[in-house]
Amino acid sequence: MSNSTRIDGRRQWMRWAVITPYAWLLLFFLAPFFIIFKISLADPVVALPPFTPLIDWAASGWARIQVTLDNYLFLFQDPYYVTIYLSSLKIAALSTVLCLLLGYPMAYFIARQPAHRRNLLLLAVILPFWISFLLRVYAWIGLLNTNGVINNALMGIGLIDQPLSLIYNDFAVYLGIVYSYLPFMILPLYANLEKLDLDLQDAAADLGARRWQVFVDITLPLSLPGIIAGSLLVFIPAIGEYIIPALLGGSDTLMIGRALWDEFFINRDWPVASAVSVVLLLILVIPMMWFQKVQGRQAEQ
Amino acid sequence: MSAASGKNRGVMLLSIVAFGYAFLYVPILSVIVYSFNDSRLVTLWGGFSLRWYRSLLQDGDILSAALLSLQIAVISASIATILGTLAGLALDRLGRFRGRTLLTGMITSPLVMPEIITGISLLFLFISLGQWIGWPAHRGATTITIAHITFSMAYVAVVVRSRLGSLDQSLEEAAMDLGGRPFRVFFDITVPMIAPAMISGWLLAFTLSLDDVVIASFVSGPGSTTLPMLIFSKVRLGVTPDINALATVIIVLVSLGVITAAWITRRQDRH
Repeated sequence: MSNSTRIDGRRQWMRWAVITPYAWLLLFFLAPFFIIFKISLADPVVALPPFTPLIDWAASGWARIQVTLDNYLFLFQDPYYVTIYLSSLKIAALSTVLCLLLGYPMAYFIARQPAHRRNLLLLAVILPFWISFLLRVYAWIGLLNTNGVINNALMGIGLIDQPLSLIYNDFAVYLGIVYSYLPFMILPLYANLEKLDLDLQDAAADLGARRWQVFVDITLPLSLPGIIAGSLLVFIPAIGEYIIPALLGGSDTLMIGRALWDEFFINRDWPVASAVSVVLLLILVIPMMWFQKVQGRQAEQ
Repeated sequence: MSAASGKNRGVMLLSIVAFGYAFLYVPILSVIVYSFNDSRLVTLWGGFSLRWYRSLLQDGDILSAALLSLQIAVISASIATILGTLAGLALDRLGRFRGRTLLTGMITSPLVMPEIITGISLLFLFISLGQWIGWPAHRGATTITIAHITFSMAYVAVVVRSRLGSLDQSLEEAAMDLGGRPFRVFFDITVPMIAPAMISGWLLAFTLSLDDVVIASFVSGPGSTTLPMLIFSKVRLGVTPDINALATVIIVLVSLGVITAAWITRRQDRH
């Protein structure tokens, strides 16, 4: 009895303790989305802030609500925006696949090493993640430039006569995304593969099953949760990526993060920028809910 | 025959892994090497020199931006650690409560939310709040700090929650049985047990804050340029040798920190 009151006391205390982070997130995370939605329904004006108020207080004291769907109509009628959304989806999806193709063998290899070597190899994957994202993307500029390290090396050994154009195009953007997000793919995959009893699968192979068969029939399906978690961690942020296309992409590299930035800072059309954001969020809702489900399941285990 | 093909596959796996690690480290190493290059032409080797480090030390803009960034990172990481720990505790220990689903959603979404949307939406919030209640009157260090707390507390909460999930609760229950007040039990028993997670959460929040360009660009105001914002505006125009030097300093500091942390954790695990 006394024990249960104690535990009730603790629950009571924690109920109070949760109020602060809860209120913080409601104000600074959730409320902003309502505002962005609200502004996406406003008309642009030349002022600061550059949009019309939605609620106009008329002389009689009645609120007149002004809502326009023009910004959304504009997005769907303008082939430019439809193309950008599709192109972002394509770039993010293909980068995710490339990350998986490189990340899976790495995670698989690390999971099969003896414990001491495993920690070292894992540390080597995590270390770049701690080093600034911006500086790591920047590092590629020096490598890929027309007179950069790679071109100089290739010309030095006589493999090419003319420098290759490696930067300011879609190729460099794919490279940058795969490079930056690779640790996010490897870590969940490793966490998943480490739990599987890989020795057992070796035993199955020894008993005569073909190794490839064992991999396809057993390892791959069992590691599906890791594949899903890693892929979502790459795919979702890659769609809205700004830094990588801004530093490595060409003027014809179409990504929504960059279009949004330009709409906001250069065109200063905040209502359209808001509508672009809302549509982007709608595109991301399904993968994000999927990610939450995966996270929730992991937390339960 | 089967052993031979197994060996081939082993070689193939090993080469993919070797390629992967080279891929991760070659860019970082090239920046370090070229930071000691005497030539202004970034890619032509003009001999070993420390001139870019000297010019870095004399660059007042970079130094003041670095100071501002460190200040924002320390404050935002500390507050994010407190709030994130409380949120992680609630999710792990409170069981079912009203609004739990919403809290879970708000805690996991920032992990995958595109930065550009977080940036725009927070800017709109700050503008609206400024119009309604007059605060914040200006955008700058304070608004950047608030933005950083908001996204990094999610990371802290996830780290703390996973640590709590692996903990044995019997020690806390025993302390309660012996008459410990919930508040005391929390500080004397729970906090020391989750301290490693809180420290990694703080470090994660600190790093994320020091690394953020996009969100800071939206919510900062005139006169408050963080170090990443400054670096970004410089490197948009191409490679600059003094940024190589700055990058090398950051890379060395971060690597030392991460390796020390890994070494300490390993020693603790052994004991």
